[in-house]
Amino acid sequence: MTRPILLRGGRLLDPSRGLDEVADLLLADGRIADHGRDLGVPDDALVLEAAGLVVAPGLVDVHVHLREPGQEERETIATGAGSAVAGGFTGICAMPNTDPVIDNQGAVGFVKARGLAAGLARVHPIGCVSVGQQGAQLAEFGEMVAAGAVAVSDDGHPIMSSQLMRSALEYARTFDIPVADHCEDMPLAAGGVMHEGIVSTRLGLKGIPAAAEEIHVARDCILAELTGGHVHLCHMSTRGSVELIRRAKDRGLRVTAEAAPHHFALTHERVGDYDTNAKMNPPLREAEDRDAIRAALADGTLDCIATDHAPHHYDAKEREFDDAPNGIIGLETALSVGLRELVQPGRLSLATLIDRMSCAPARLWRLPGGTLARGGVADVVVFDPEARWTVDPARIRSRSRNSPWLGEELPGRVRWTLVGGRVVFEAASA
Amino acid sequence: MSAVLGKDLVGLESLSAEQITAILDTAEPFKEVSERQIKKVPALRGKTIVNLFFEASTRTRISFEFAEKRLSADTVNVASTGSSVAKGETLVDTARNLEAMRIDMVVIRHGSSGAARFLGDRIRSNVVNAGDGKHEHPTQALLDLLTLRDRFGRIDGLKVGIIGDVLHSRVARSNIWGLTRLGAEVAVCGPTTLMPREIERMGVRVFRRVEEAIEWADALNVLRLQLERMTAGFIPSLREYNRVFGISSERLARAPREILILHPGPMNRGVEIDSDVADGPHSVILPQVTNGVAVRMAVLYLLAGGAPDWSGGPGTPEAS
Repeated sequence: MTRPILLRGGRLLDPSRGLDEVADLLLADGRIADHGRDLGVPDDALVLEAAGLVVAPGLVDVHVHLREPGQEERETIATGAGSAVAGGFTGICAMPNTDPVIDNQGAVGFVKARGLAAGLARVHPIGCVSVGQQGAQLAEFGEMVAAGAVAVSDDGHPIMSSQLMRSALEYARTFDIPVADHCEDMPLAAGGVMHEGIVSTRLGLKGIPAAAEEIHVARDCILAELTGGHVHLCHMSTRGSVELIRRAKDRGLRVTAEAAPHHFALTHERVGDYDTNAKMNPPLREAEDRDAIRAALADGTLDCIATDHAPHHYDAKEREFDDAPNGIIGLETALSVGLRELVQPGRLSLATLIDRMSCAPARLWRLPGGTLARGGVADVVVFDPEARWTVDPARIRSRSRNSPWLGEELPGRVRWTLVGGRVVFEAASA
Repeated sequence: MSAVLGKDLVGLESLSAEQITAILDTAEPFKEVSERQIKKVPALRGKTIVNLFFEASTRTRISFEFAEKRLSADTVNVASTGSSVAKGETLVDTARNLEAMRIDMVVIRHGSSGAARFLGDRIRSNVVNAGDGKHEHPTQALLDLLTLRDRFGRIDGLKVGIIGDVLHSRVARSNIWGLTRLGAEVAVCGPTTLMPREIERMGVRVFRRVEEAIEWADALNVLRLQLERMTAGFIPSLREYNRVFGISSERLARAPREILILHPGPMNRGVEIDSDVADGPHSVILPQVTNGVAVRMAVLYLLAGGAPDWSGGPGTPEAS
């Protein structure tokens, strides 16, 4: 067994139980053992001095792309999990659009095993909805869940067939897993490379209208009502989507939704002069959309923050905007961007940010972690919300560097990340 | 590095009225060079220019080539259909290879918006945008401006209508920037399916019906309608397009004033413009082409570091 760890004198912040106090936290046997003032130091315990630091449940990201198998030049499960713990994440859900895709129990087992072997963040596989992500035949949800899958998704490919989506939502009920959908009406979005608006007009780039997302969101909400299934809407980007989700939740439907840091931090103006690190799908939208995303994270219409961490080799981004791939990395900057864009301006309390990045995703997807309650897994992040750091491409842990925040100074440094009561990340001393 | 224009000419959006006027003024004496017996001045002698065309082009490429030769530059044409990706070499590799051959300027035509700036940001040579995707085609707009100035004696206060497929048109975007910068009023008109979102925010008004634009305008710049817009579902048929948006002498006859007609070419006669208009007394379509060479000479000359007050007058004809 690992040594007990005493986190001494930090600000314990656990929104899952409304806890916010300066106290010690004791981890033993991979679990949260105790918390309170002036806990004694057990024999052989490792003491980490957390005075002045926030001690919170480890962050949980339900939407990352780890690229293994098949695209290891961009990321591997081990490098992605290393990037995660550097950003304070203790649990990450790996999207199945690898090469080959993760659409069977053997493939799910491979992802799970690679995650365990890396011994960093917990890696939770997501299985495909359809065989080969072809949008036709249901993949074997039961077998994949038995092998460790926590959800199903054809992310990257919207589930265009309403019949397939209906079947997926119904069939997933047996296993009590969410069906995560990438919402995009494909014919309406076809060929688009950024948000359709004044910037796309000025740059002469083909736009993706907000309606392409909203039509799909509306359909998924209607199917959630029809089936009683749990639909999880990935990376919501428009104010119209927020309105649709708000109405669905008012009606008591099992709809959960996530927002990515870039969608609450940036707008389509960030594309500037064809910066491919501002190219993602869904695209960066307008200021009104960004503001609606922020407000929805504050009031809980959007349940959680997920990075959509999407590593790409630098060659792939170093080309014409039309031809560059979508996506940016996000695991190492998400907490800092949340602090800068949401907490520091007073839009969310720090406790609410931790809820959206840890407690809510763990609870909604029924994952370990997301709480400091006694007996829970000892997945903890310790960070200094005030300390500033610069996003230095040379120090990024991910194998890729495609970030719109390169060179920027951000608030919030992770000091330690602990998974299962073990220190899996420790910041280099400043 | 040019004092007037900077390193590259990517578009008119980033240029001031003074810069645009400087180009037009510099073009004036170059017009005369093309009228000489020996159409050559030594302004760019010893400079090497690569015409890098990733999209088919006849008129623009030939116009640039004449401009370069009449300035005594050494030129190479590189034509490559399809994108650089289809060719297997990335644009950045193409750029580095050109740079390694110690060239002075690149004239680039490319199907992707932003390609000219992408290239300009990665090589030391001057880059001239000869059309990038749906973004800009600055030398086309400059020759349109020069033609308008020739006929009206001014740009300021002119009312110019841009008619047709604005959505896919780099000519429209460059014209909007150039015209508004010099004080003209600009309107666009065409099927709503071919109008970009929020185009009003570029400082133009929008007419839904071409009759309204004709009623309003001093000059019309009639855009080419790409024939594939029909199969892509933007318009039902070319016949209907001509019926609803075509510029005909009947429509022009109802205008309260004589309207100057421009077209960037190549024309689809009987689609966006009727032959009697294209060949009529108010068409300046061929003077546009003539001005194209002068404007491109001016741009190349200024980017190479030439002074904007080049007199051209005695300019030693190059011995052949």
